[in-house]
Amino acid sequence: MRGYRAGMTLSSTSAPALPAGGAQPFTDAEVAAVRAEFPILARTVRAGRPLVYLDSGATSQKPRAVLDAERAFYERHNAAVHRGAHQLAEEATDAYEAARAAVAAFVGAAADELVFTKNATEGLNLVAHAFSSATAYRRLGTAEADDRFVLRPGDEVVVTEMEHHANLVPWQELCRRTGATLRWLGVTDDGHLDLADLDRVLTPRTRVLAVTHVSNVLGTITPVAELAAAAHRVGALLVLDACQSVPHLPVHLPGLGVDLAAFSGHKMLGPSGVGLLWGRAEVLDAMPAFLTGGSMIETVRMEGSTYAPAPQKFEAGVPMAAQAVGLHAAVDHLSALGEGGTGMARVEAHERALVARLLAGLAELPWVRVLGPAGTAERGAVVSFVVEDVHAHDVGQVLDDDGIAVRVGHHCAWPLHRRFGVAATTRVSFGPYNTTGEVDAVLAGLHRVRAVFA
Amino acid sequence: MDLYAELILEHAKRPQGAGLREPFDAEVHHVNPTCGDEVTLRVDLDGDTVRDVSYDALGCSISRASASVLHGLVVGREVPTGLAVQAAMRTMLTSRGTDAGDEDVLGDGIALAGVSRYPARVKCALLPWMAFTDALGRSAASGTPSDVDYGGPTIR
Repeated sequence: MRGYRAGMTLSSTSAPALPAGGAQPFTDAEVAAVRAEFPILARTVRAGRPLVYLDSGATSQKPRAVLDAERAFYERHNAAVHRGAHQLAEEATDAYEAARAAVAAFVGAAADELVFTKNATEGLNLVAHAFSSATAYRRLGTAEADDRFVLRPGDEVVVTEMEHHANLVPWQELCRRTGATLRWLGVTDDGHLDLADLDRVLTPRTRVLAVTHVSNVLGTITPVAELAAAAHRVGALLVLDACQSVPHLPVHLPGLGVDLAAFSGHKMLGPSGVGLLWGRAEVLDAMPAFLTGGSMIETVRMEGSTYAPAPQKFEAGVPMAAQAVGLHAAVDHLSALGEGGTGMARVEAHERALVARLLAGLAELPWVRVLGPAGTAERGAVVSFVVEDVHAHDVGQVLDDDGIAVRVGHHCAWPLHRRFGVAATTRVSFGPYNTTGEVDAVLAGLHRVRAVFA
Repeated sequence: MDLYAELILEHAKRPQGAGLREPFDAEVHHVNPTCGDEVTLRVDLDGDTVRDVSYDALGCSISRASASVLHGLVVGREVPTGLAVQAAMRTMLTSRGTDAGDEDVLGDGIALAGVSRYPARVKCALLPWMAFTDALGRSAASGTPSDVDYGGPTIR
């Protein structure tokens, strides 16, 4: 434990100390200090071009503190978590549980309400499977099942047209397993959820409303509190995809009024291979286990088993301790980007300023069509657009030639692209390390795209 | 950059043989699931000769140019020759820059050699060629339309 603490202190203090200044964007000097902590940002790509990384919506880059924390864990404390009584097992378990507490505090939650998963996709599948397991238990009479998770004939599952495939396909599959009906909220031309539809789509037959907090394509911030209240009025649970919000905005999950929320570690400066599912304690208690096996049990007999309370109930097998420790360093790093732990407010202000600069620049290009809300107030750190008569792959390739990494394609939101009548878009997404110069680079790159293909 | 040779841009802007035509022996629909690119392709055979390849390609410049090149290379030729051209194209495209292609076999198609250095784009160039061999196989079998997704290097 002492060794682990020493390692973490070293990691978390290596983040640059920055003045808060009322949640202002980072100054040039501050962003330079932020960037200095990310070794990958110093490399060049293609023909020696400096890397301009504008794909943080897909995955963020990792600061040295995260890399150091993972390495320190393996060098000093590595052991199987929640097993064994030797010193290393104690230290590894303490490190893992300290990570849970730190990530929980980062989103305003209690530690025992936070489940480590492989990634956010697994978290959402875990919830979908809770419904089908409860439904099967009830139909077969093989186990107790909480009414909220039991789907009866005629029951409905509601999603939205702007969901990432990870918050759509698991619900489609749930409907196939149970016979429930999938319904969805549409999207308006300006990229908002069509709430005019809300009372028609949400009915007493609705058991769950699964919705994103921030669209990974449009950037739209959805009215989560309003949606949660509407879901609760009809007796449905609200499941939130928080993958594009938690890394970019200060988020207090219990304060949103939602029941469950999934997010991923690798999009918030953390390692890959670790995600989170937050749930209100009594909701997690009511949910059947998902993956089963070691660690998640209470007693095991040949005839049957009982299970540990949440969150352990949902963490079968030896967990990803090093990744959790890396994520601990990541949330410490993010919080430390602002004075007194106000880092996320600075990150939000900084990324919003970059979005505003990009939107203003794109508005000058009549051959570019931006998808999603026109203003920055209802937007996260994502801007997707179409260049007239040029396929997104070709846009991305020319930008890549300039060293600019953007995402092209349907961004795992194919129905949303279909809704807007486009096969693919180019997406610029920001992290705390991006600069106004990088925004200008992408705008200049688009002129080159035009020159090659026009 | 060596991806967008003038010849490729020319094929993409003015594709040869674009559009779907009657009659045809088989029609296939192939999708690149990473980016949503689609091609519908028909083959019309006269005995052992490819009388026509007609297609509707929705996608990036590379996949559209590749379909145009394919039309120029296989129409009017024997099926085994068409399959040999397809094999040579596939070998070049998947060579990671080690096979520049034989102009005697691939004609304008050698302008696609640069694609092989961009693994994420190889599938774009292969899309019409995979559709072509699938359509030939189906014309021999039943002539019924197919709807095929296929994998490859992904940028999902």
